[in-house]
Amino acid sequence: MGARVVLGGHEALAGVDLDVEQGATIAVLGPSGSGKSTLLRAIAGLQRLDGGSVTLDGRPLAGVPPHRRGIGLMFQDDALFPHRDVAANVVFGLRMNGVARAPATARVSELLALVGLEGREHRSVGSLSGGERKRVALARALAPAPRVLLLDEPLGALDRPLHDRLVTELADLFAEIRQTAVYVTHDVAEAFALGTLVAVMREGKILQVARPERLWASPADAWVARFIGLANVEERGETSFVTRPEAVVLGPAADGDAVVVAAHRDGPVVTLRARYDDGREITSAHAGLAPPAPGTRVAVSVDPDAVVEVPTAID
Amino acid sequence: MDTGRPTLSRGRTVATVIVPVAFLALFFAFPLAAILKRGLTSGGGLSLPAGTSQLLWFTTWQAAASTVLTLATGLPLAWTIGRFRFRGRSLARALVLVPFVLPTVVVATAFLALLPDGYDRGIWAILAAHVFFNVAVVTRIVGGAWATIDPHSAEAAAVLGAGPLRRAREVTLPQLAPALSAAAALTFLFCFTSFGVILILGGPGRATVETEIYNQAARLFDLHAAAMLSLLQLGAVAVVLAVTSILEARAGGAGTLAAEDDVLRRPIGWERVAVVAVLGVGALVLVLPLALLIGQARGSWGALFQETPALLVEPWQAAVFSLAFAGVAAAIALTVGGLAAIALARRPPGVIDGLVLLPLGASAVMLGFGFLIAFDQPPIDFRSSWWLVPVAQSLVAAPFVVRIVTPALRSIDPRLREVAATLGASPSRSWREIDVPLVGRAFAVAAGFAFAIALGEFGATVFVARAEQPTLPVAIFRFLGRPGAENQGIAAALAVVLAGLAACAALAAERVADGRGRTL
Repeated sequence: MGARVVLGGHEALAGVDLDVEQGATIAVLGPSGSGKSTLLRAIAGLQRLDGGSVTLDGRPLAGVPPHRRGIGLMFQDDALFPHRDVAANVVFGLRMNGVARAPATARVSELLALVGLEGREHRSVGSLSGGERKRVALARALAPAPRVLLLDEPLGALDRPLHDRLVTELADLFAEIRQTAVYVTHDVAEAFALGTLVAVMREGKILQVARPERLWASPADAWVARFIGLANVEERGETSFVTRPEAVVLGPAADGDAVVVAAHRDGPVVTLRARYDDGREITSAHAGLAPPAPGTRVAVSVDPDAVVEVPTAID
Repeated sequence: MDTGRPTLSRGRTVATVIVPVAFLALFFAFPLAAILKRGLTSGGGLSLPAGTSQLLWFTTWQAAASTVLTLATGLPLAWTIGRFRFRGRSLARALVLVPFVLPTVVVATAFLALLPDGYDRGIWAILAAHVFFNVAVVTRIVGGAWATIDPHSAEAAAVLGAGPLRRAREVTLPQLAPALSAAAALTFLFCFTSFGVILILGGPGRATVETEIYNQAARLFDLHAAAMLSLLQLGAVAVVLAVTSILEARAGGAGTLAAEDDVLRRPIGWERVAVVAVLGVGALVLVLPLALLIGQARGSWGALFQETPALLVEPWQAAVFSLAFAGVAAAIALTVGGLAAIALARRPPGVIDGLVLLPLGASAVMLGFGFLIAFDQPPIDFRSSWWLVPVAQSLVAAPFVVRIVTPALRSIDPRLREVAATLGASPSRSWREIDVPLVGRAFAVAAGFAFAIALGEFGATVFVARAEQPTLPVAIFRFLGRPGAENQGIAAALAVVLAGLAACAALAAERVADGRGRTL
């Protein structure tokens, strides 16, 4: 009884089954157009289902309007209320739920402290920086203590240092408050950092749900492998062979059968691409300070345990 | 994705449609039907009065000439306001609006004072008054569009080797074209249906369809001729309106828009001289007619508090009636127009938006004439129902309310409503907490405009205002129609009062909007 949504004749959700355990964070990972935002909207009740169901604590949510679901939502563009200050944004959900003024004010201070904005109650939201806006949006979504928090690419469109810092903070925060959350993203690193489980979506279907380590070790098919960054995929008909880059070692050797064609550093790791004399290519992750430079002839050695056999495509 | 749209309960949704439709049916469609019936049934058949083709020709070419001159005058101002950041820019933007909210009667009286005496002031007086009146349309529409043209597109063209003229022709002009044609069409519409200006400045032989309807109905009592001319006017206006709304729909969907803050820059080099010159000339053109008007009013202020044979009341009392009627008219226009805006904002921009302009385009004179022949017996008799005046005025003002409030409602990010819903706000609560505060600014602007327009409304009011309750424009017209410098002086004094009231209303609304505008 997977969830189905048809948008303009196109199946945006084609029978999706997803279980979210209490206190866990599920990262829904997929390229744009894979239906992951539609999935969130369906859970929140902002999108009508054309089939299947959404249940919360065993209770079906069909027919329950968004404002009675007790589900929080955070958008990529924050959607802060421009006509209200920071405190009034955060307190909004408490007011809607009839929380009295005094406890509501206390809760707002508590949440602002949680997201690192203590004492900023009366700033206007127009004067906030990008990072502060995210924090206000998060505090606002958390204020009514939603049973599930949905996040729709909340950290897209941020500059890299701020993005990386907020990923770390969010991961710590979710662990601390044990918030049940569904986190939608197209960014593999984000999904791995935040998801207790990662669900990979493509064309309205969930291809795999697994812990990050498991996903890396054994992707469901060749497409999933490539999408999460396992570059060495060799398709042989129905089955494909995936070699993890960190298990590929390129050693300089005059009689080697490959030549390094590209090398670029990304943080602690240098990604090397080498081309065999027969034209095939292989990618290697190098952790040292002196990787072989492009043009260097190398011998390729691969740890056989790091090669997994996967179906080329699952249906 | 229904939840993204403004959500209301079914009952309220129906009200947003039914109230405006019922209002239009009773006070717009019914009077028009009365005209139609009168035209078709009272002998003479479908014949148009003699001289109609000449009338139509003059109406059309004066409107076309006025439009060309208005564009020529408005473009430098649009360039200044749309491209540059300078101290007093928002004041300049607001002041440009002043002539537009000035009642036509005031503008005409001012140009009467400006031009040398003589019975026939010629076509130039009419054209100049039209330019003065409509420069705001061109400046605001084109200037607004100019301020959203991404400067990167011109920079990209420059890097690719296009010189300044080439860039203007191939990059800027095509992006500006929709706004230009929309502004031109709207100006043409206003000049085509111009009434007060032509009636006061036109003199013999310079009648438009609009003034001739008034002439036939109110002076010659040839209701059949007036009805036939009204139908002709309706047809002509429908054609202009159709073209206008097509052009405007195109203007709306033009390319990607840049934020104004990224586009505006300080003028440099020769641009500084040009900006100062344009603003200086603009200020002169704005101030000169009004200064002359004030000059002519000098010495007549005392007469405002004396009885006169021209009116049944003392002249100052016309201001009181004007304020009272305009207040009621603005309230009606805001209610009806506001509800219509809510209903319209539910769907994407389209043809219906253009139809809302119809009462405006169908011409105030026709509306007044329609009231005259539709409501001439109980239960609604214009001779005993004072409220027909504000109702007629509100019909002229309501389209402006719709046009200001609808885009504001549409521009509210639907995600705000979605977030509010997930935070526990029911649809009606979300409407109260999100939509209402966010359109407050647009609503304030609309209120000011509606009030100013109702204050200055002349074409319809002149038909339905009772002799013992004249509004300022009607009183001014009475005084202008009587010989003697004394009467001209009182007309000028009343025009100054009317101009002051209208400008205050519009500027106050702009200030309210500006003060709250930053966070939006």
